[in-house]
Amino acid sequence: MSTVETTADSHDEHDDDHHDHGEFIAHHFDSAEQQFDSGKLGIWVFLVTEVLFFSGLFVAYTLYRYHHPEVFVDASQFLDKVLGGINTVVLLFSSLTMAWAVRAAQLGNNNFAGKLILITMVCAAAFLGIKAVEYSHKWDLYILPVSYYNYMEGYHPEAETGGIAGALNISKWLVTLSMLPLLCLALFSAGALFMAATGKRLMAQFMLALAIMMSGYFVGAFAGQTYQNWHEANLAAEEHAGDHGHDDGHAAESATAGPDSTSERPPQIGVFFSIYYCMTGLHAVHVIAGMAALSWLYLRCLKAHFRPDYFGPVDYVGLYWHLVDLIWIYLFPLLYLIN
Amino acid sequence: MTDSHDHDHGFAHPVSVKLLLSVFFSLVFLTVLTIVLNDLPLGSADIVIAMMIATLKASLVMLFFMHMFWEKGFNVVAFLSSLFFVSLFIGFTLMDTGSYRDDIDSFPEDKQPAPRVPRTAPGVSSNDVRPMPPATLVEGSISPLAKPNPHVRL
Repeated sequence: MSTVETTADSHDEHDDDHHDHGEFIAHHFDSAEQQFDSGKLGIWVFLVTEVLFFSGLFVAYTLYRYHHPEVFVDASQFLDKVLGGINTVVLLFSSLTMAWAVRAAQLGNNNFAGKLILITMVCAAAFLGIKAVEYSHKWDLYILPVSYYNYMEGYHPEAETGGIAGALNISKWLVTLSMLPLLCLALFSAGALFMAATGKRLMAQFMLALAIMMSGYFVGAFAGQTYQNWHEANLAAEEHAGDHGHDDGHAAESATAGPDSTSERPPQIGVFFSIYYCMTGLHAVHVIAGMAALSWLYLRCLKAHFRPDYFGPVDYVGLYWHLVDLIWIYLFPLLYLIN
Repeated sequence: MTDSHDHDHGFAHPVSVKLLLSVFFSLVFLTVLTIVLNDLPLGSADIVIAMMIATLKASLVMLFFMHMFWEKGFNVVAFLSSLFFVSLFIGFTLMDTGSYRDDIDSFPEDKQPAPRVPRTAPGVSSNDVRPMPPATLVEGSISPLAKPNPHVRL
């Protein structure tokens, strides 16, 4: 305890801090700074393993693109640049709020850090919501990993008539994907009400934050689906115009399938989607793990744990979160922007 | 601590909000730029340009969001060493890719379910049905539809 004060003596002016100094300093560390530096080295080494973990998929991508560039040009027509671009900006924004939260924690402003972390959590969930729209749209068209890939030119999935999918006029896959977030949303909301009823204010606030995070998923899914519907309507209008212009079926077909897809597709196109689903899926798993870590940080912010000499956890989770962003920065042009 | 930030915060290095915001807006600008450039006919240079922009974005995130600009040298070296190992991984695999077997071309044919002889065809006892020969890697192509593999040395 006293050793902490000697290294962190510049913070004695924080008299309003009701914590004992060194509350979170493990006994095997001499000082807060030594503990912070050790943790920092640890998280950097962890990030190295993460980079190498992803590099296997990047090698698969490089080799397959090297041998079959035409497959990539053709397959990326199925990926929507706008949805991918929106997701990029959502992740970049979440990185901004995360970096800002680190700053707030470094200044000991737990309240503001908590708010920024909550925004980061909502952005993470919204990212997954938009991703769910992208995935479900592909699954509707049988654009699947290679063993299940069965896309047919000009195929339009029948509109759902029954159930939730029919009522909302969305893909049944999107409904399936949204079940778990819906369940979480219901559980967290109920938890918040229960905690509030039993007088546990802090836990009620935490549960409410988790519920807000989950609603971020639905905001993302709604925005993505709205764009998707608008885009489909545009394509349908184009197809209609094409029908009137040429009066033969080919114009209509090429209008639905994208710019240069009149010829048959390369037979190995499904392999691209195997790589696509592996890379984006592994990235999505990291986003989910990040959401869990951010929730923990939020709880600690509510408990006002962070101070200028103890903000390590925010910094470490922040570094992890920026790595998830870094990987997406490379995935976006590699998968979506191929001409 | 020797850095140009605000004031002394012990070992904390709060990055100014102004810097964070300018990094964010540069990142958004570069994202829009890479999407716009993708629509221009740049030929085979487009992948190089896209990767350069991505690397620029990654550098901005690493330097300012991840505080690498103020990080201890050892941590920077530790992290950047991963890039060295990734380049070894990709480089060596690409060097070895000449021995890549293009079996993937015959994959859709191979994927077709093998024509099954009914187990109990009329007039044939099940003992007469010969099992499918095991798929051997040396053969290269399992299906008669698949084209022979030029890379296989027999």
